[in-house]
Amino acid sequence: MIVTRHAAPEHEETMSEVQGRAAPQVDRRAATPARADAPDAPTFPRLLAKHAAERPGAPAIREKDLGIWQAWSWSRLRDEVVAIAAALESEGFGPGDHLAVIGENRPRLYAAMIAAQLLRGIPVPMYQDAIAAEMTYVLRDAEVRFAVVEDQEQVDKLLEVRAQAPALARIVFDDPRGLRHYPDPGLESYEAFSERGRAWLAAHPEFADARTAAGTPDDPAAMFYTSGTTGNPKGVVHTHRSLLTMAIVASRMEGLSCDEEVLAYLPLAWVGQNTFSYSQWLANGFTINCPESAQTVSADMREIGPTFHFAPPRVLEALLTQVTIRMEDAGRLKRWLYARSMAVARRVGERILDRDAGVGLADRLAYRLGDLLVYGPLRNQLGMSRVRVAYTAGEAIGPDLFVFYRSLGINLKQLYGSTETAVYVCVQPDGQVKPDTVGPPLAGVDLQVSESGEVLIRSPGLLREYYRNPAATAEVRDAEGWYRTGDAGYLDPQGHLKIIDRAKDVGRLAGGALFAPKYVENKLKFFPYVKEAVAFGDGRDRVMAFVNVDFEACGNWCERRNVAFAGYADLAGRPEIVELVRDCVEKVNADLAADPMMSASQIHRFLILHKELDADDEELTRTRKVRRGFIAKKYEVLVDALYAGATSRHIETQVRFEDGRVGTVAATLGLHEAKTFAPVAAPSTAKAA
Amino acid sequence: MARDIGDVILSVENISLSFGGVKALTDISFDVREHEIRSIIGPNGAGKSSMLNVINGVYTPQQGRVTLRGRTFSHMDPHEVALAGIARTFQSLALFKGMTVLDNIMSGRNLRMKSNLLMQAIRLGPAEREEIEHRRFCERIIDFLEIQAYRKVPVGRLPYGLQKRVDLGRALAMEPSILLLDEPMAGMNTEEKQDMSRFILDVNDEFGTTIVLIEHDMGVVMDISDRVVVLDYGRKIGDGPPDEVRSDEEVIRAYLGTSH
Repeated sequence: MIVTRHAAPEHEETMSEVQGRAAPQVDRRAATPARADAPDAPTFPRLLAKHAAERPGAPAIREKDLGIWQAWSWSRLRDEVVAIAAALESEGFGPGDHLAVIGENRPRLYAAMIAAQLLRGIPVPMYQDAIAAEMTYVLRDAEVRFAVVEDQEQVDKLLEVRAQAPALARIVFDDPRGLRHYPDPGLESYEAFSERGRAWLAAHPEFADARTAAGTPDDPAAMFYTSGTTGNPKGVVHTHRSLLTMAIVASRMEGLSCDEEVLAYLPLAWVGQNTFSYSQWLANGFTINCPESAQTVSADMREIGPTFHFAPPRVLEALLTQVTIRMEDAGRLKRWLYARSMAVARRVGERILDRDAGVGLADRLAYRLGDLLVYGPLRNQLGMSRVRVAYTAGEAIGPDLFVFYRSLGINLKQLYGSTETAVYVCVQPDGQVKPDTVGPPLAGVDLQVSESGEVLIRSPGLLREYYRNPAATAEVRDAEGWYRTGDAGYLDPQGHLKIIDRAKDVGRLAGGALFAPKYVENKLKFFPYVKEAVAFGDGRDRVMAFVNVDFEACGNWCERRNVAFAGYADLAGRPEIVELVRDCVEKVNADLAADPMMSASQIHRFLILHKELDADDEELTRTRKVRRGFIAKKYEVLVDALYAGATSRHIETQVRFEDGRVGTVAATLGLHEAKTFAPVAAPSTAKAA
Repeated sequence: MARDIGDVILSVENISLSFGGVKALTDISFDVREHEIRSIIGPNGAGKSSMLNVINGVYTPQQGRVTLRGRTFSHMDPHEVALAGIARTFQSLALFKGMTVLDNIMSGRNLRMKSNLLMQAIRLGPAEREEIEHRRFCERIIDFLEIQAYRKVPVGRLPYGLQKRVDLGRALAMEPSILLLDEPMAGMNTEEKQDMSRFILDVNDEFGTTIVLIEHDMGVVMDISDRVVVLDYGRKIGDGPPDEVRSDEEVIRAYLGTSH
């Protein structure tokens, strides 16, 4: 069945447009703000110039440095941008050139990105924790000649691969520490580089305005490399228009203004970070804040109190784990108060957040009291006191985790999108938030579900192309402009999109039942003791699972029970932990049994891995999604042993340390049974596997 | 690395030290040049810490003398040593466990505080300005050692590797020209040792601080030192660049033992 839904909410005839899709779209698209032919369609440099002219003294970007929040105003930012752009131009950087940007969120790296765009060049933000070899591909593919990086760590990596990427002529670094005596040619500090730019500017006074006027919205504005699960990464090319259109639509829907405070703490190379702290930043002119270091994010967040926030589910999960652990360690009175208040919040918190008039007076009073004693202080601890709009996305979020935040009064919503769609495809509107959907498509977005269950998108936010890869571009986008998301899902009766898994990962058990591995894994991962899970079952008769325990949560659990352990591997092998995980698995099984579609996906046997799955070992993507296929191959002996019914198996695995060295970890893992349950609807009793 | 190693700024000559009948050091001489990383290595009980304590003025040797920037001492006074720009860290950490990381590092600024206790207590203008100045300096150290996340955490709650870093920070707060490090890598895992090595190299590189380092982990020392002194049973058995020392017969014997 094909379901088409044209997004503009003012249209009522949405469900009936299977045929005749093309004609009405023209109108609808014309109604979209900042559409194609609008004469004043913005570019990033024009937006910067506008803010610098209208609100020169307002803070544009802050960074916590030496313990103090230091701000750049919009006019200072424009100054920095123009100086860097001048230096780049004087060295021959021009339209179509790529600028590699590598590092944490730092004002100077942001300035460098806008500077590249001012010259009609294309910033290519890269993951700062990528190893040197991974950078080589991008540097070569994009023919990068210029790079602006944060510090010595990144410089070392670039110098290491310079022989393979000989085009790289200029490396500009923000933090000079440790780099004073590097003899390498083309290496220069940000200060020296921008100083040269300023000197060059003296002879070219019209430079900034001329370049700002020259750029067009259809110039490529940024390139993001997607961490392909197979093959080489692909460069996703976005234009000013594709990045800004949906950013502006979403900003209007959420009522974002220039007064928002946003914490810029996720990798620059990730399109989401770029949307919330770059596209929407320049579109609205609000303030972004760069934390002092990766370790201080939660403290910095408390100080800033962001009003518009994004947190991937794993961050929300880690926060909840911390809260849970601290509450378990608290005194009896506090534990009691917390338990009582959270019970009230679970019952009515979400309905109060959604302004449901049906909540009784007694409940309202109880919630108000809870807010005073527990939710308010807790929101403050989380740094979410001022949050008006918070998003989560990237992977499915456990319903209990999602509801936890919402019941505290935090307006957490799900959204759906990808690098190729410049994030915004679907967003849950205020008051219409359901834990298992991602909301209806945004204005201007067309969405349909293909015969095979794959979600197809048409949107002004779609990528222009994959860089120098027309075959890949043609594969994901057809002649009519429909983009294949690769996600399996469907629209519910209210027109909200529900995603179950990646389309290619949805398989079938040997018995023919549907098997959506992520669905099973997510249920496991909701338990604080489970950090990652990998479920196997496609084409098999039963489902098996690998579990990665959470070191912090399980370590704490052991400490409180006086169970001694020596390290991660030892902890993972403790019989007490096995029992703890078995309990989680069996609860998941009971849950799955209740769902007729999923009852066949119950986990029959499981094991606990002796090492944490790690992106450096290629077991996770850089955005920490499990690479199921890779893991299945790497740990083939373990999967086979699970299916063969063995009770233990020895394995040696290679691990890669952060400095690039490789070591070996060996362990003998126990393989364990879990109880499964008959489907609830069926009359038979539970059977032990 | 392109540091300019300068002239000799510290030399010890014919130092002998004994505790009753136990001879801790016998006739030790070596020198330290400006901006270099100079290591003293040796097996346990070789006399490394005693040597450091002689330089530091904690022990007074029975024989020999120490020359610091042309001034010769037969015994050094710890306070005078500190004023002369020598700071040290301790093998068994000498931090105020109940105080925060920031306060511990600020304590290293003590010698440089000019306003007196009363002025500080009532926060007189100059005292406050001075404190802000010192705080700024300490924040630079915190940034340098990448311990921003622990600024306000009591030192006693930090893991050992981080405490070592704070100890280094407290020593750096004195803006020393010579830094004595007593087994900075003791009790650390490989990753922590690598981090610490990088900080030592960076201190040396960024501030030009001369570093005298004691360590029994030979691997680490050989990687970062310009010159190495080897002690064994209180005697000097080797002195020179790492490669030379590494291939020295007597050093190998002391470390690996002789075959019988």
